[in-house]
Amino acid sequence: MTLTPGATGRLALIGLLGGILQLTTVSQVAIFGVPADLSPLLVVAVGFLCGSAPGALFGFCLGLFIDTALLQTLGVTSLVFTAVGYGSGRIRELRDPAHGLAPVVVGAVGTAVAAIGFATLQFLLGVDAPVSFLLARQILMVIVLNTLLALPVYAVVRRALLPYLPEDPRRRRRRAYTTGGLSPLSRA
Amino acid sequence: MHDKVVRRRRAVLAALVALSLILLTAYFGESSGGGLHSVQRGALELLAPVGEGANRALKPFRDLFGWFGDTLDAKDERDKLKAERDRLRQELARKEVELREYAELQGLRVQNTAGGLDAYQPVESRVYQRSPNQWYQTVTITRGSSDGIAVGDPVVNGEGLVGKVKSVSDGNAVVALLTDQDFGVSAEASRSGEPGTIIPAVGAPGDLIFDLVPQAEEVRVGDRIVTAGTKSDRLQSLYPRSILIGTVKRIETGDGRLDRRIHVTPAADLRRLDIVQVLTEPQAQLAQARP
Repeated sequence: MTLTPGATGRLALIGLLGGILQLTTVSQVAIFGVPADLSPLLVVAVGFLCGSAPGALFGFCLGLFIDTALLQTLGVTSLVFTAVGYGSGRIRELRDPAHGLAPVVVGAVGTAVAAIGFATLQFLLGVDAPVSFLLARQILMVIVLNTLLALPVYAVVRRALLPYLPEDPRRRRRRAYTTGGLSPLSRA
Repeated sequence: MHDKVVRRRRAVLAALVALSLILLTAYFGESSGGGLHSVQRGALELLAPVGEGANRALKPFRDLFGWFGDTLDAKDERDKLKAERDRLRQELARKEVELREYAELQGLRVQNTAGGLDAYQPVESRVYQRSPNQWYQTVTITRGSSDGIAVGDPVVNGEGLVGKVKSVSDGNAVVALLTDQDFGVSAEASRSGEPGTIIPAVGAPGDLIFDLVPQAEEVRVGDRIVTAGTKSDRLQSLYPRSILIGTVKRIETGDGRLDRRIHVTPAADLRRLDIVQVLTEPQAQLAQARP
């Protein structure tokens, strides 16, 4: 996807609204004792739809926004989300998975990479934390919750970016059958 | 053409990673009054009205989801409350006897707590955003230095101690919760009076450790842990005395006395914070006690 001013505006809006929604609402709703984390899902969705470079850029900016809004160490979330955005974009570029559930798998993997990457960076920055069962369970629960949310988040991001995405031949083919009235067979 | 795209893609990645590392290193290396910290506080000021508005607008949705979660937890909580009710009935009978005896001794005792929380000039505030990860256990509130809030002020709610103010700007403050990795408070067991320190069980979110307890075997499961307050003028505590911190949940016994690990569950539900109070005069009790 080419980053036109319109597409950049949409991406900024997605990041801003998604970040605010995450910080003000989703973080405060615990399901099975943990809150979901929409931010890696947004990064994965953008990377998966737009490609590796826009994905990495979006991840960096969203990470910076979250670190700034929460007065966290600047650069930690940006670094992790840059990697997640780039990775999800590369999956699309290299494999181009056509299955409808591909965003779910990529969302789950992206969340896992973000959570583990964040934990690793915290260890490297000197947080003296034992790798406890409770922490592992929380990370696992966030991955499970995010897996459930991956498809709706992907659908919303895709809808928001649809005018700027390259035409999908599969989508065009389906539209030809449903809007023309006659099927190619009867036309023949 | 393909090579150009690949080169550009790699250049973007390298630039973003380098920028992240530069930010991280610079932020880590500077003091809390440094340039990046100031920019961060300024940005927080700008974002605060948006965040607060969104928080209010989305509260019904949050409550709806919270209701589902509460319903799932309600059955389990009911059973626990029934057990606690039975225990409290027995305790009440015992306390009534003790109360009678206490009333006789009351005139002889010197009260060290003068007044309620009003003495500490509490400032009520709304929580409007919180950290989504387990590493930074912080929330942001809608009052700041213009309301008299300063870094280090204790934060409480109706259930007990919530945390302390970590950073403050003109109209907002970031509160480090009890379970934040940087938190620590001198405490004591309310029943036995055993002193110690409450620290978060890092790596086990939501869990606290009652540490450095001289007679750890005196502390039992179910004991309430409260703030110890200031015991000497030389080492003043940030926190007033007797604010409930939590309840002893379990005790891991090790080989020796020092190996005991006392796990405490916070009294305040740190996942569901809406309104909190910042005690802007935490040393008021000491000031009143001085002649």
